[in-house]
Amino acid sequence: MTPPDREPSPAVREDAPGDVPARPEKAPARKQDVPQDAKDVLQDTADVPQDVKDVQGAAKDVPQNAENVPQDTKGVSQGAQDVREDGEDVPQDASDVPQDAEDVPQDARDVSARRRGDVLAGPGAGPRVRGRLRPLPLVVALVLLAATLLAGLVVGAAGLPVSGILAALADKVPFVHVDSGFSVVDENVLFQLRVPRVLMAALVGGMLSMAGAGYQGVFRNPLADPYLLGAAAGAGVGATLVIVVVPGDPGYGVPLAAFAGALLGVAMAYALGSAAGRGNRAATLVLAGVAVSSFLSAVQTFMQQVKAEELQRIYSWILGGVGSADWHQLALVAPYSLVSTVVLLAHGRLLDVLSVGDEEAASLGLSAARVRLTVLLAASLATATAVAVSGLIGFVGIVVPHAVRRLAGGSYRVVLPLSLLGGAAFLELADLVARTVIAPGELPLGVVTAFVGGPFFVAVLRASRRQVET
Amino acid sequence: MTVAVRGLDVSLGGRPVLKGVSLEVPAGSWTAVIGPNGAGKSTLLRAVLGLLPCAGEIGVAGADLAAMKPRQRARLVAYAPQSPNLPVGMSVFDYTLLGRSPYIPHLGRESARDRAIAGEVLDRLDLTGLADRPLDHLSGGERQRVVLARALAQQTSVLLLDEPTTALDIGHQQQVMELIDQLRLSDGLTVVTTIHDLTLAGQYADDLVLLSGGRVAAAGAPAKVLTRAAIQEHFDARVHVLPGPDGRPLLSLERP
Repeated sequence: MTPPDREPSPAVREDAPGDVPARPEKAPARKQDVPQDAKDVLQDTADVPQDVKDVQGAAKDVPQNAENVPQDTKGVSQGAQDVREDGEDVPQDASDVPQDAEDVPQDARDVSARRRGDVLAGPGAGPRVRGRLRPLPLVVALVLLAATLLAGLVVGAAGLPVSGILAALADKVPFVHVDSGFSVVDENVLFQLRVPRVLMAALVGGMLSMAGAGYQGVFRNPLADPYLLGAAAGAGVGATLVIVVVPGDPGYGVPLAAFAGALLGVAMAYALGSAAGRGNRAATLVLAGVAVSSFLSAVQTFMQQVKAEELQRIYSWILGGVGSADWHQLALVAPYSLVSTVVLLAHGRLLDVLSVGDEEAASLGLSAARVRLTVLLAASLATATAVAVSGLIGFVGIVVPHAVRRLAGGSYRVVLPLSLLGGAAFLELADLVARTVIAPGELPLGVVTAFVGGPFFVAVLRASRRQVET
Repeated sequence: MTVAVRGLDVSLGGRPVLKGVSLEVPAGSWTAVIGPNGAGKSTLLRAVLGLLPCAGEIGVAGADLAAMKPRQRARLVAYAPQSPNLPVGMSVFDYTLLGRSPYIPHLGRESARDRAIAGEVLDRLDLTGLADRPLDHLSGGERQRVVLARALAQQTSVLLLDEPTTALDIGHQQQVMELIDQLRLSDGLTVVTTIHDLTLAGQYADDLVLLSGGRVAAAGAPAKVLTRAAIQEHFDARVHVLPGPDGRPLLSLERP
């Protein structure tokens, strides 16, 4: 293996620094960096009582301390002190090593050499994986969702007390009997009106945000929207068609037609995008989605103008809402929601791989086209499900994943589940606003999300611009 | 493992880019693919990876690469592109872990072993201190090593590197090339790089393959390929070629 003109070198790190030309001008910058890193470590150690493993992970990042902390996780205070001392030492080390080629402090190399044998011995240790859903954000999201669900149950014209609602809910648990003190009417208000409505808002919000996160992963664009591929326009055509053609109350005809229309819209966009080009698949697909959306919108407008007397019903569907939710409707959409949720959550890691682009993903053994198609199908199913029962509710699919990304990191293994929970909580809150602001009247849900989402979006854009500038 | 390419034809958008390219890279050696812009250097690497439809034979250690499943191939050949997509906000460790993809079940998650291997690779490349840092907070030299770390985490025996020294200053060019050479020697890797800097190519590679107009114009030891006449003919450049102390050629530009 070894060519005759080259001597094999025993280890990488001992040779590398010697070969690097001295670059003293880099040293001052490094000096400033290091104390900050040390500060980070102090913060990490402050968290110790909650999650000792974290400290192990964090301590690995401070190579000076690598030997102390993992062995001594119980003596947290001592470990923390070690870190603090080392943190103070670091600037000196940095100035001692003027030839440091901008990368790692010299002493890190020594320690890593000593520690090298341990790496495989302790497989659980090592730098923390950001792409993992950690318990804290998950608990926060769950608590947030529970709080908004309860708020959604409490607020309403009938004025049911919180304690009574909790008692009535507990009474529904098998083998538990609690007297809520509610009359039959109160019970009906709670279980036939509020509970289905609250559950539907959560379901629609969760589906839209998770679908949004899925589309964003597929198109590698954080601004991709669940309605991107013609789902909204297709649903509009389906719903309008039923409203126009069927006289009187079409019942579940509207959601079923909207569902079929949404899937048809996505299928048309996908077929057109696949036929159009082999080159940049993602961009072609988006363009096809725009074309299909425009065409279907024109069809929908045409039908609506032909039968102008139904304009109000069409618009009230388009603007969206979950006010008419009942148990039957919930049962209708639950299976689709479940399927798309399972599929999307299972693809988090693959979307992370896809984030390096099709070609590099292929070099890592991943078929980008297959992952893209699967995620698109699941996200479109989730979108169609939501659109079918709630009409068009914008911004949820962009705002929620965006907020999740900023708070909990960009890995899709985190973004997808937290978007599901966060989106449910968000739409729950939006629905609460929709039915209280102009009570006893109701605002369309889509209007509320746009009111909240628009300014939020501008704020996010401004914040991310500032981040780029600094 | 030996990489053997025979009679490779590649067309991109109906335009033939590679015509009957053949080359053989012995196991554990370093071959640098050189050539003027548009000669098809990157295309050659991408074709070997199976990323492009092509005619001809591509074999690694006697096995036909085209007949393999993508995951099998990714356990045999790793690739570092010229301008890699570095997802914003992803940490160095998570990025390195992507290299374990060919070993992780399709819908599964990485094992403790995958994490340990990623950690070990970072350790070897002196990147442990940067493991938690987002990719967008790295310098050019660090970025190049991180991309190398992802390729090494694939634990392949063949490494394809497209312009590994692009946009690096001379110090970091040397650092990266030394690093690749040391990894090659210690792990017995077979390395194929495309590279623009002819002197750098001549200093490190065991063999050079000069591509010009989609064909192999010359191949062999650096001193044989890097001649004044060949550079004049294929690059349209006037250079002075000096034999270096170890017999490897040193090139310098001459003003006409």
